[in-house]
Amino acid sequence: MRFVFKTTYDQDIRLAQHGGHLFWYGLLLLALLAAPALVSEYWLAQLTFILIYGVVGLGLMLLAGFTGLFSIGHAAFLGVGAYTEAVLAGMGWPFPLSVATAAALAASVGAIVGLPALRVKGIYLGIATLAFGFIVEEVFARWESVTGGNAGMVVPTLSMFGWRADTDQSFYYVCLAIAIGATLVVLNLLRSPTGRAFVAIRDSEISAQSMGIHLARYKTLSFMISAALAGVGGALYAHKIRFLSPEQFNIIHSIDLLLMVVIGGLGSVHGAFLGAIFLISMPQLIALGKDALPAPIGQAPGLQAVVYGLVLIGFVLFEPLGLYGRWLKLRAWFTLFPFYRRGMFKRQKAFTKSDRLR
Amino acid sequence: MNDGPMLQAKDLTVRFGGVVAVNRVSFDVRRGEVFTLIGPNGAGKTTVFNLISRIYQPTEGEIVYEGRPLTRVPPHRIASLGIARTFQNIELFEHATVLQNLLIGRHIHRASGVWSDLLFTSRVRAAERDTRRRVEEVIEFLDLQHHRDTMVAGLPYGVRKVVELARALATQPKLLLLDEPSSGLNVEETSDMAFWIQDIQNELGITVLMVEHDMTLVSRVSDRVLAMNQGEVLALGTPAQVQSHPGVIEAYLGTAEDTASLRSAA
Repeated sequence: MRFVFKTTYDQDIRLAQHGGHLFWYGLLLLALLAAPALVSEYWLAQLTFILIYGVVGLGLMLLAGFTGLFSIGHAAFLGVGAYTEAVLAGMGWPFPLSVATAAALAASVGAIVGLPALRVKGIYLGIATLAFGFIVEEVFARWESVTGGNAGMVVPTLSMFGWRADTDQSFYYVCLAIAIGATLVVLNLLRSPTGRAFVAIRDSEISAQSMGIHLARYKTLSFMISAALAGVGGALYAHKIRFLSPEQFNIIHSIDLLLMVVIGGLGSVHGAFLGAIFLISMPQLIALGKDALPAPIGQAPGLQAVVYGLVLIGFVLFEPLGLYGRWLKLRAWFTLFPFYRRGMFKRQKAFTKSDRLR
Repeated sequence: MNDGPMLQAKDLTVRFGGVVAVNRVSFDVRRGEVFTLIGPNGAGKTTVFNLISRIYQPTEGEIVYEGRPLTRVPPHRIASLGIARTFQNIELFEHATVLQNLLIGRHIHRASGVWSDLLFTSRVRAAERDTRRRVEEVIEFLDLQHHRDTMVAGLPYGVRKVVELARALATQPKLLLLDEPSSGLNVEETSDMAFWIQDIQNELGITVLMVEHDMTLVSRVSDRVLAMNQGEVLALGTPAQVQSHPGVIEAYLGTAEDTASLRSAA
């Protein structure tokens, strides 16, 4: 077991708390940098998707996991980012400029959606964001002059200042850079007063207010940052998919995103990426398992939805802290071996329990 | 700084529908004193607290704090005016550590904007260091070192009560509102709480306004006591004066006639 002897306050402020962190995250970074040379094209594409969804997940995690506001319409922000990027890239804007615009536009839409959050909570906010998701999907379908409507629109290759990310490898590196940047930004936010204000609102609005936190301002801010990250993810998504149509940003996609953060582990930055890994790898696993199952079950339509549903129920019941919670327990088992007890995490309480929906 | 009372309540009245929770209550809290509100359940003590922290809007009357009317100040501005509070049923940030709770208490002293927070500039870092130093002073003052990195959700009730007090102190208030600081505490913890309240008054020079039921604690720390019953003021004075006031005894124990009628009924 590691005991860190702290001598300065900076040790608590630093992102890497001790040498172990530096070592393991450094190793992870090296592996991610070397990935294009090591894995096949197919797995590189999956890895790219994980990074893209990781960025979106970070945004939703900030909103749902750290501010306690649930959005069941998050695919709409993804869509706003994706379409903005597609249109601007089509007009020849360089990527840094277009992705910043996509984020800004998604953020301003987020500010509007944040308005009901100032008045309603829990399940009611869920319904409001759900309705918003439907409206945006409808706008994508009807605003044909910009979005191409249901016929869809083709997204040009990512390019900036004469350089084009026309190979899978180069696009992967763009996604990696953005994912790292987004993670650092979120981590910075969480260790600063703004992030603490979000956590305060999540846990007790009344005392957050009495500590001087302007509820309306911070809730809107959380929605804006969350939507901006979804917008950035959407911009990358557009370039990866290369073809956009409104039904890609429907309710199912929104639920997938919510599923991702819940299963990853609400209230942890790791959870966003663990959830993304789950979301991307699950369809592959189901496809693999399909052949092993008897035909009436294996070939049934909607198998994926059933599996997702079961996994979600399983997590909510048995591991409310998600994959990250599971990882914490596994790590505790190894560091404490052979002294780990079953009851050690008995007192953990997920704030997702029903009282959040009051 | 003016020499008048720190906080003045003038003819405060609150009606919830037909119920008059607080009826024409007036009192002054002097700078540097411990002022206690007592009274049976439903007397309107917590309502008075919620009026001062602007959770409720008074139907009539006004509250003046350091010469300025509070009734137009939005709830989130109260803390930066120097008023901090605790809650009767502990309202801590459950899924955060004790340290994080106290850091949130420093919110009103934040020196950075969102953009510099996102980038964690050197200014934010310096401010964080300073925030941490201030919070450590509070941790030391209330002996919370052992619990610094514990999640609040896993703490026993008595410690949570102290954490809430610590969080209020972290805001560096001028006026501290304590809503039943001893409720749910055992004898030993209550006596610790009494010491802390005295220290807060004497060492930190903070004015304390509290609601309390434990009369031993009340008479030990209070300079003045205001007794309320059914939304109205019964008596105001030193703890001893208020305790011997006939109206107060009546409100708590009933009148002699009540006892007589009970006897005859039995």
